[in-house]
Amino acid sequence: MSNTSEATRQPIDFASFPDARGHFGKYGGQFVPETLMAPLRELAEAYARYREDPEFVAEFQSDCKDFVGRPSPLYLAARWTRETGGARIYLKREDLNHTGAHKVNNTIGQALLAKRMGKTRVIAETGAGQHGVATATVAARLGLECVVYMGADDIQRQAPNVYRMRLLGAEVVPVTSGSRTLKDALNEAMRDWVAHVDDTFYIIGTVAGPHPYPMMVRDFQSIIGRETREQMLAVEGRLPDALVACVGGGSNAIGLFHPFLGDESVSLYGVEAGGHGIATGEHAAPLSAGRPGVLHGNRTYLMEDDNGQIIGTHSVSAGLDYPGVGPEHAWLKDINRAVYTSVTDDEAMKAFHALTRTEGIIPALETAHALAYAEKLARELGPDRCLVVNLSGRGDKDIQTVAEREGIEL
Amino acid sequence: MSRLAERFRNLQHQGRTALIPYVTAGDPEPGFTVPLMHAMVASGADVLELGVPFSDPIGDGPVIQQACERALRHGTGIRDVLGMVRRFREQDAETPVVLMGYMNPVEIMGYAAFAREALESGVDGALIVDMPPEEMAEVAEYLEGEGLDSIFLVAPTTTEERMQLICDKARGFVYYVSVKGVTGGDGGLDVEAVGGRVQRLRSMTGLPVGVGFGISDADMAARMGAVADAVIVGSALVRRIEANQGDAERARCEITTLVADMRRALDAGTVPA
Ligand SMILES: Cc1ncc(COP(=O)(O)O)c(C=O)c1O
Repeated sequence: MSNTSEATRQPIDFASFPDARGHFGKYGGQFVPETLMAPLRELAEAYARYREDPEFVAEFQSDCKDFVGRPSPLYLAARWTRETGGARIYLKREDLNHTGAHKVNNTIGQALLAKRMGKTRVIAETGAGQHGVATATVAARLGLECVVYMGADDIQRQAPNVYRMRLLGAEVVPVTSGSRTLKDALNEAMRDWVAHVDDTFYIIGTVAGPHPYPMMVRDFQSIIGRETREQMLAVEGRLPDALVACVGGGSNAIGLFHPFLGDESVSLYGVEAGGHGIATGEHAAPLSAGRPGVLHGNRTYLMEDDNGQIIGTHSVSAGLDYPGVGPEHAWLKDINRAVYTSVTDDEAMKAFHALTRTEGIIPALETAHALAYAEKLARELGPDRCLVVNLSGRGDKDIQTVAEREGIEL
Repeated sequence: MSRLAERFRNLQHQGRTALIPYVTAGDPEPGFTVPLMHAMVASGADVLELGVPFSDPIGDGPVIQQACERALRHGTGIRDVLGMVRRFREQDAETPVVLMGYMNPVEIMGYAAFAREALESGVDGALIVDMPPEEMAEVAEYLEGEGLDSIFLVAPTTTEERMQLICDKARGFVYYVSVKGVTGGDGGLDVEAVGGRVQRLRSMTGLPVGVGFGISDADMAARMGAVADAVIVGSALVRRIEANQGDAERARCEITTLVADMRRALDAGTVPA
């Protein structure tokens, strides 16, 4: 924003985005096969009605409180702050939610909507398995049939979550096409939806996909930022200087950021998966190293080759292993409202251990990316400042991966 | 008059239903496609639909997904596909060729470059599966500027209001999707229901209406052909490539046999006007 002159700068009304067709600037939209246009419209209309419906809002809030355990604490990581020697680091404890990650905030909202729309079957894609577990959980509770698509490679590396989903009564379908990870699971879920639009609700797990998903998922996840704002004002008496979150599709990040978009004093940092390093090409950092294109129903930054083919990604964390990103992040990058950066697998692993050993909190590998960057940022900002990291999930699901990387057999 | 319009006008005069085979360009390898295009024309194809390989074809079932993967293994990109059409045109100036694919390769190439090079290569129209008319304004401008036809899908879920919108934007022909689902489904086609929808479309547009998705044999082609102006056959042909990997001659032979069978069935089932 520094290159805009004071005289011409208009404050942006962030709440008015996206437009009626789901555009954030040139990003977003509805790029889907014709069969899905009518169901998307039906969904957008239902959501527009229920987001204003006091009964719906009350049910969402009471489920968040009594089923998920919200509000999640805002915790001052005192020892880690001391060891880091910089700004005070607060952790927004989404890992303490029922099912262990922020994902459930969104599945509660979408499942309540599915029920009101009279759908009897829900489907989902999942990478790390957290969204799959969160979907299977709400489906069990509401008595909905549940099918979860998961890349065959991810099924290997997230075995405990696969078993959890099956315990919850979901059918987990391995996806063997393409790169056998999250992107392909999303393709397969879309195809399922095309074939079963009458009785099926597709619960997308992040702020990607066609409109209205990026907006709707953002709204459900914004409970994170709203609580953070209140909690911060209560403990510090002011807003934080910076917010840090990892970015896969971008739902935990936008959930934290959105209620602060209008507060210019709050800097926003989204951390992508740098994999083996941006220079190696083996990463999952479209905002840092990709370019705009169209995938999964929206226009956004993508990892792609010169022929417009989506290219393989790499990250140690399955939940960040995605070649696209939510369109609102693409827009926030272009207008310089948020900064997007990346950390490597190795840096994330170091932060994973640091938090575990200094705070007694085992974070998800996805979250460890945000932690690694927060450590650097805290040092840069210095002791008088404070920042909040979205502790998007707990790491129980990842201990197998960590052990294997370190040559330990469990 | 565009090649597509002329072809459909002639067919209408003869009281015949158009047969439109689809194959994915570059499947199973780049050299296979152009000779196959000629062979399909010789076996009775009226219009050719050529798939542009894409890594994430969300509108396609496993058969065409795997065709894309085979083609991409040899790196067949959108410019290679245009090159194939150019070579095809060296020997066939009449048969219309329509590209079917997804938005991203077009987006990366650039709309203006795509429209210009497609026209120069001898392409007649484009069907971009994940580009509904609401999102097409900019691309359409370039396509129309070059005289290329934008072809759109109408689905069983499409509302009356959208049908009209699509008919207003469509050029060349309107493509009615016979099932709720992706390409390559088998069975479960309701000819009567499809016929009703085709009639409805005809009341909204003067363009020919084609029907595709899930038409797998000559009998089904004839039954759909009786209610539509064109039938489009894709996965049934691509399956022949899949089943005969390593034996290109046999794959080509089985494909042309199926095309010829469908041609005969269509012609037997339609009464001259
Ligand atoms: C704990 C955790 N954090 C973050 C993510 C990344 O998703 P998003 O960027 O949508 O928050 C995931 C995805 O699986 C996750 O499980």
